[in-house]
Amino acid sequence: MFGKLGLDSFTRNPIEFGAGISMVMAALAAISFLFYFKRWKWLGKEWLTSLDPKKIGVMYVVVTAIMLFKGLIDAVMMRAQQAVSVGDSYGYLASDHFQQIFSAHGATMIFFVGMGVVFGMMNLIIPLQIGARDVAFPFLNSLGFWLFAVGALLLNISLIIGEFSGAGWLGYPPLTSMEYNPGVGVDYWIWTLQVAGVGSLISGINFLVTILKMRCPGMTLMKMPIFVWSCLCCLILIIFAFPILTATLAMLSLDRFLGMHFFSASFGGNPMMFVNLIWAWGHPEVYILIFPAFGIFSEIVATFSRKYLFGYVSMVWALAAITALSFIVWLHHFFTMGSGASVNAFFGIMTMLIAVPTGVKMFNWIFTMVRGKVYLATPMLWFLGFASNFTIGGMTGVLMSVPAVDFQVHNSLFLIAHFHSVIIGGVLFGFFAGFTYWFPKFFGFKLNEKLGRYAFWYWMIGFLAAFMPLYVLGLMGATRRLDHYDHASGWQPLYVLAAVGVLLIMIGVAFQVLQIIISIRDRKKNLDTTGDPWDGRTLEWSTTSPPPFYNFAITPEVNERDPFWIKKQSGREQAKKEYKDIHMPKNTPMGLFIAGCALIFSFSMIWQIFWLAGVGALGALVLLIIHLSDDDTDYYVTVSEIEQIENRI
Amino acid sequence: MKKTHKFALFILLSLACVLAVIIFWDSSRIDVLNPKGLIALKQRNLLVISTLIMLIVVVPAIVFTFVFAWKYRSDNEKAKYTPNWENSILAECIWWGIPFIIIVVLSVMVWKTSHELDPFKPLDSPTKPIRIQVVALQWKWLFIYPEEKIATVNFVQFPEKTPLNFEITSDAPMNSFWIPQLGGQIYAMSGMRTKLHLIADAPGIFNGCSANFSGTGFAGMKFIAKASTEADFDAWVSSVKKSPNHLDAKSYKQLLKPSINNKEAFYLLSDDGLFDQIIMKYMTPM
Repeated sequence: MFGKLGLDSFTRNPIEFGAGISMVMAALAAISFLFYFKRWKWLGKEWLTSLDPKKIGVMYVVVTAIMLFKGLIDAVMMRAQQAVSVGDSYGYLASDHFQQIFSAHGATMIFFVGMGVVFGMMNLIIPLQIGARDVAFPFLNSLGFWLFAVGALLLNISLIIGEFSGAGWLGYPPLTSMEYNPGVGVDYWIWTLQVAGVGSLISGINFLVTILKMRCPGMTLMKMPIFVWSCLCCLILIIFAFPILTATLAMLSLDRFLGMHFFSASFGGNPMMFVNLIWAWGHPEVYILIFPAFGIFSEIVATFSRKYLFGYVSMVWALAAITALSFIVWLHHFFTMGSGASVNAFFGIMTMLIAVPTGVKMFNWIFTMVRGKVYLATPMLWFLGFASNFTIGGMTGVLMSVPAVDFQVHNSLFLIAHFHSVIIGGVLFGFFAGFTYWFPKFFGFKLNEKLGRYAFWYWMIGFLAAFMPLYVLGLMGATRRLDHYDHASGWQPLYVLAAVGVLLIMIGVAFQVLQIIISIRDRKKNLDTTGDPWDGRTLEWSTTSPPPFYNFAITPEVNERDPFWIKKQSGREQAKKEYKDIHMPKNTPMGLFIAGCALIFSFSMIWQIFWLAGVGALGALVLLIIHLSDDDTDYYVTVSEIEQIENRI
Repeated sequence: MKKTHKFALFILLSLACVLAVIIFWDSSRIDVLNPKGLIALKQRNLLVISTLIMLIVVVPAIVFTFVFAWKYRSDNEKAKYTPNWENSILAECIWWGIPFIIIVVLSVMVWKTSHELDPFKPLDSPTKPIRIQVVALQWKWLFIYPEEKIATVNFVQFPEKTPLNFEITSDAPMNSFWIPQLGGQIYAMSGMRTKLHLIADAPGIFNGCSANFSGTGFAGMKFIAKASTEADFDAWVSSVKKSPNHLDAKSYKQLLKPSINNKEAFYLLSDDGLFDQIIMKYMTPM
């Protein structure tokens, strides 16, 4: 009746249980809060069923923030274990538990923080920057978000019911086969990624079409803000790469459930095929994560230098070059699997080539500052941190693309230091910069500058303390994912330093939380009444903060790049045009409901409760048909309503 | 400079000092930078040279970032401000061109060294190489000497200045065979035979491990690689031959059982074809 699910499936490990319980408590607190203030209706109407990309973007950011916090706690636990688990002491975590933690850390950070940042920022910024009122497929957007949220939920459920995979965030078979890992952990990992991955693909299609079809009159491709260009390249990668992930995981689950042999070592299966396929997705994935961050920094450097972005055309070509190259470098993740020398050399050289356009971008950012007026506000600090960390990370990346060098650093902590340099230094710093930069646009007040600076310095110093020692540890022969090592290795001082670094980062996080709380408290002092708090350049600053739900009362028309800046410079007012009725989508809870069915389906697949999986799948299908047969999905905002709203502002 | 900036700079500098002291203290322990064999030496040199070449671009990039951010700060009245200067063909040529030239230089190095240091390529040496077959198990390393007719667990000994021909497979999840001071690393996979050719320049004791995560006992999956003189090696082989333990298909089954933090063990090899059987097991219907 309940498949593998029984009473003994509930976690009894005190640490995991504690984590699970605190998650449940937080959820209960939120629910009782809603009951107490009778905000259920408000939540449902304004948020859960909303198709407004600004609101979906905020929800993405909220989920991302929660998952970032969880991922950071994982990191603290790992480093704490490694700081003490030396020689005769085996630390406070059992091997299996430690392994679940690093697997969950990786999956959380890539799929729910990285991707959350990407789609959160896209939702918030793209429609505003291209002068659109909405996205191309509002329902798909909502569905994509809710699938993402369900994936995140599934990962957290594994804390309480069952266990998570302990086979690493990319779980190579045969370790992830039924033979070596019969538990539900690997299935949790598969279905978490599967649900979130489908969500990403759906959202990706929506935004690609949005950019291509919904730009305001006059905005040709080469007049788009560079952030939109970065997202366009990112979305192309998503659409080509994510189906590979879905198919690969599907084959792995067929191996596990039906005893097939795609990736088994015997019966003609081939684990090396999995490694190739997963990286054919995995390498583009890292550019998927970094591209929006590139875009955010491009906007920020130009705005805070009060100057045009240097070499716009060159920047676009650099993005295009990286997009193309990123699909022919995947093998550099496994030079050590034993391909021939020529194959290794080819992939090594292709990988190095990516350094050229990336370096070009870096120099163009630097020269954007030259002969500008650089305001060193918090977003700019994040940029400077990014510039140094990402350059170091990029250099060690090129170093590892030399196959003969990679043999000596592959899978060591050197690699860990490398990709944290580019992912923390690039993706996360980019997100924090963008968050500070665009926060006033969506909430109507600026964030506290002083606390933001404190947060930056703790993150920056913590980052260096946490990851520079890892470069050295890697060269000392420390491999990744060790829960214990010998005294004689001499690694302990560096591991301790790394643990201190993580603690410094956590202080940075505390300052960020404090920054938000204090900023909300003092919001009256930092109100943004103009809609343009930073002397911005692009269309999003031309509307009010926060923007009305239809973004622009009158569709903007542009003739050049940085239209808002030019308008401010020339001082000419656009001739007042007449309002027209605005066509908007109606809210619908269907995205939420279908994702709910996906949750039932994937949860029962994990526990092999097949009748319930059938119910979930059927439910999703029926709801989808109901939604697709519904013609009453849109409405018009009339001119008088627009006038009312605009006059109130 | 503001007070907080000074403070942060102070912290950064002291951090760098702490790191520098630790590294200096332990510099002899940085295995990859202290090679004890020809292959590891060449790999180390390549690592150092590539880093130096890349610094040609990396150092200016980082220095320019901070210099320009400081020079063109908004309250610097003396700095020029030209908000419409957004392009320069010359500048673009420089930063598309120079990195490209550097990458071309590195690419030539990559092509040459990938072939020269191909782990599958036997080493040129007048000395007759020694064959060692390696099997990754859950969670220990089995070394089989088919010619000396012995086998060991988590310990491998060989004569100095003699080419080592490792043939590697796995009867467990994927692992990676790595002796940092002798040179790196190749995957161990079930049903596959990968090869690694190394050499030790002098007697010494080196750490070896698995670099690819393989499950619960992964952290304990390390071994000692000992290079000795020829005479010591021969003496060691004959001492192992006196071992009461035999390794054949039956005792291998015992070894195959998952176990963690295994001690060294020594066997007399009574089944020559064991290594091939372990590989072929995955090729035939069970």
